[in-house]
Amino acid sequence: MNKYPAWLNILVLVIVLAGCLLALPNIYGSVEAVQIADNDGGEYEQAKLNEFVRVVEGAGITPEASYLQDGRVVIRFNSTEDQEAAGERLRGQYSRQANVATTLTPKLPEWVRNLGLSPMSLGLDLRGGVYVLLEVDMDTAIDSRMALYQQDFDDRLRDARIRHRVDLSDQLITIRLTGAEDMLKAREIIERADPDVLVLDGEDGKTLTVRMTETQIKDRQDFAIEQNLTTLRNRVNQLGVAEPLVQRQGVDRIVVQLPGVQDPNQLNKILTATATLEFRLVDQSGDEPGSRRYPGRGAEAPQVLKRQVIASGDQIIDAKAGFSEGQPAVFITLDSAGGERMLQTTMENLNKPMSSVFIETRRETVMRNGVEEQRTIKIEEVINTATIRGVFKNSFQITGLTPIEARDLALLLRAGALAAPVYKIDERTIGPSLGQDNIDRGFNAIKIGFLAVILFMVIYYKAFGLIANVALFSNLVFIVAMLSFLQASLTLPGIAGIVLTVGMAVDANVLIFERIREEITAGASPQNAIHSGYEKALSSITDANITTLIAAVVLFGVGTGPIKGFAITLMLGIITSMFTAIIGTRAVVNLAFGGRKLVSVPV
Amino acid sequence: MKLIKEKTTIDFLGAKRRKIALVISALLVIASLVSLATRGLEFGIDFTGGILLEVGYPQAANLEEIRSNLSAAGFSDAQVQRFGRDTDVLVRLPPQPGTDAGEVRTELQQVLQANGESIDLRRVEFVSAQVGSELAERGALAMVIALLMIFVYVMIRFQWKFSAGAVAALAHDAIVTVGFFSFFGLPFDLTVVAAVLAVIGYSLNDTVVAFDRIRENFFALRGVSAEDAMNISINEMLARTLITGLTTLLVLVALLTLGGESIAPFSIALIVGIIVGTYSSIYTASATALALDVNAQDLIEPIKDPTLIDDLP
Repeated sequence: MNKYPAWLNILVLVIVLAGCLLALPNIYGSVEAVQIADNDGGEYEQAKLNEFVRVVEGAGITPEASYLQDGRVVIRFNSTEDQEAAGERLRGQYSRQANVATTLTPKLPEWVRNLGLSPMSLGLDLRGGVYVLLEVDMDTAIDSRMALYQQDFDDRLRDARIRHRVDLSDQLITIRLTGAEDMLKAREIIERADPDVLVLDGEDGKTLTVRMTETQIKDRQDFAIEQNLTTLRNRVNQLGVAEPLVQRQGVDRIVVQLPGVQDPNQLNKILTATATLEFRLVDQSGDEPGSRRYPGRGAEAPQVLKRQVIASGDQIIDAKAGFSEGQPAVFITLDSAGGERMLQTTMENLNKPMSSVFIETRRETVMRNGVEEQRTIKIEEVINTATIRGVFKNSFQITGLTPIEARDLALLLRAGALAAPVYKIDERTIGPSLGQDNIDRGFNAIKIGFLAVILFMVIYYKAFGLIANVALFSNLVFIVAMLSFLQASLTLPGIAGIVLTVGMAVDANVLIFERIREEITAGASPQNAIHSGYEKALSSITDANITTLIAAVVLFGVGTGPIKGFAITLMLGIITSMFTAIIGTRAVVNLAFGGRKLVSVPV
Repeated sequence: MKLIKEKTTIDFLGAKRRKIALVISALLVIASLVSLATRGLEFGIDFTGGILLEVGYPQAANLEEIRSNLSAAGFSDAQVQRFGRDTDVLVRLPPQPGTDAGEVRTELQQVLQANGESIDLRRVEFVSAQVGSELAERGALAMVIALLMIFVYVMIRFQWKFSAGAVAALAHDAIVTVGFFSFFGLPFDLTVVAAVLAVIGYSLNDTVVAFDRIRENFFALRGVSAEDAMNISINEMLARTLITGLTTLLVLVALLTLGGESIAPFSIALIVGIIVGTYSSIYTASATALALDVNAQDLIEPIKDPTLIDDLP
């Protein structure tokens, strides 16, 4: 009685060994390193690794180790000085193509690395860093699309020689015709331009209203957020931060996490600025319909500019800062559509002036009637006006900026324009000293709590308490193993979850042991008492754990941030504690007491 | 070793005891609700939005001076308090309209190190009021969903009268724990919401274990009244209930004393919740089921196939 078949013993052993192996990477400390990732998201090969290492060695620095990891190159060093010098060197040489970040990396031996194992990843509250939650302004995304429609319809109707007026307000385009006779033709032109939009006849018989369908709006929103994600990723990569996270959250939110960054201000500019450029012709007569006066930046003269945009920021595919005739300049390359339009415009308008308009969007909070309100401010300034001296197409340059502005603008333009402005609605910075404190305190609490429980169990349940303690310890190892395997971030609430699990994990064993005691009191033989103790406690253990698991799953599903971290460790803890209590301790008890004559049960 | 003597025969559910327990529970719940209605909760920045700074000074910080410096700089609505150690200070401000997060941060940093000390900005949080109200909604939603799902699970595994008992006990625990935070003006943040949900999970654990034994005894002890069967079951499970509560409290006390200030509200919520939860799984849960006239018949599954009756003894 009370013997497990060999396969079950072996299975338990295999699971325990696997747990130990997965948890193993956590015992090595960390070491200074430089991480190099491709800016375009490509994966590096061995040849590239060798190249980087040669560059580092060329600077007289000997790396401690170097290897490829998830398509990135990691080079480890023996000292912070080596790390910084190498980082400097690599950044100088590869700043255009690669994101070079100085960081701490786990000091894993080669064989552990080769197995693809890695330690738990620590949340921002444990390693320090910046967390930012951004909201994407969806209205602006829709508005800008509607403005494009407006211009497009206007052009097409004019080409068809239909007299009209096109107005845009509240995401609704109203087209007023002079008479009812053009209605059908106008409708046809609009439907040909975009067959998906919703076109409605006005009551007076000579107006058309156009709006986007729900699907179009949703597509546009998805596009806006996807493009913003890509753009933000590109921009964040230029910051030289190791393992940055840029992720969509919900319908219109983006989370940015930058481990190790201390000053969120360096981010603000590149995260929320939606600086972009537009090129427009100067309205020399000053009275064309739709023309508008734009202020000049600094000493730059204000200009009245035509309504039509020749090319805008989202058509810029490359921008470099430099100098042209001693002046700071940005060298711009347009995509083919923008280039085509630019070619046509410059051909038709030789010797006429053209302006570059710098557009920046910011959001301010203002108090109105005692209520806090968000207000969007759009700054549009002429930064440069030049006479078109020759025909040009895709590549040209603009001047009229300070060297720093030229650099920032080039960076923003190169990283791509944001399809819609983003606003920061949540920002948290955790300093490195607090991160380390949180780790120390958390692990201290685990250690002391664990010791207290272990001591209690041995005193209270003797030999069986010892077995429960083995289970409790393997439970901890399993939680760490699972966290490492899933690469779920460990946070301070996560540690609290582990601590709580330590306390609750013994419950299953307590249920079993108390049942065994009851069976003995009821007169069962020792072997029978053990057997039915485990048997009868099973349903209680399952019911109790499943109900707790329900609470943990709900927490995980509904919760955010700190709650999620807690829910993960709680869930893992419940699952591993069920395994260790029901199968794990049983295996040990069977090996120790099973199949032989017992006078009493040491419980 | 034994915590309690071999066989206890405490009359947990006798008519008189039940009445006392009912009065205690009712008083606790009413006091909690009154406190919540009149005093409300000290909501953390997670829920209200605003600015929070945790600052480390090289020596013991002078709170009065920090307060007057802040108010001189126009931050008169700042709350300044010590955070754990003498050298650590927590500064909290309501949302600052018309300003940029970066500028406020720089300005605050200058004000806080007015005396030229080099301060350590350990934590800076800017939360908009909008995010705050969303998080509060989600927390409440989580609570409701969890209670509903638990009700359904216990109904499937036992019977609706047990479900009602379990959920009554859980709601009791949640209300009293939150009421405790309200009454003592403790900071209520996201981690406390997580803790209250963990309390629900824990208390349920206790309740279900008791129910499990009650079900077993309903069948094993024939001819015994429901009240007696429940009483016997609770007595049988008493050692387990106390030991698990004790080990859990052991680790929570370690977490409270060693885990640092930011996790302290979480630990307090769990400690209170587990004490209340242990009490409620003994008194509230079973008493509610008993008040609903639960009996062995409720747990017998109806026999679907009539031909099987012949096989019964």
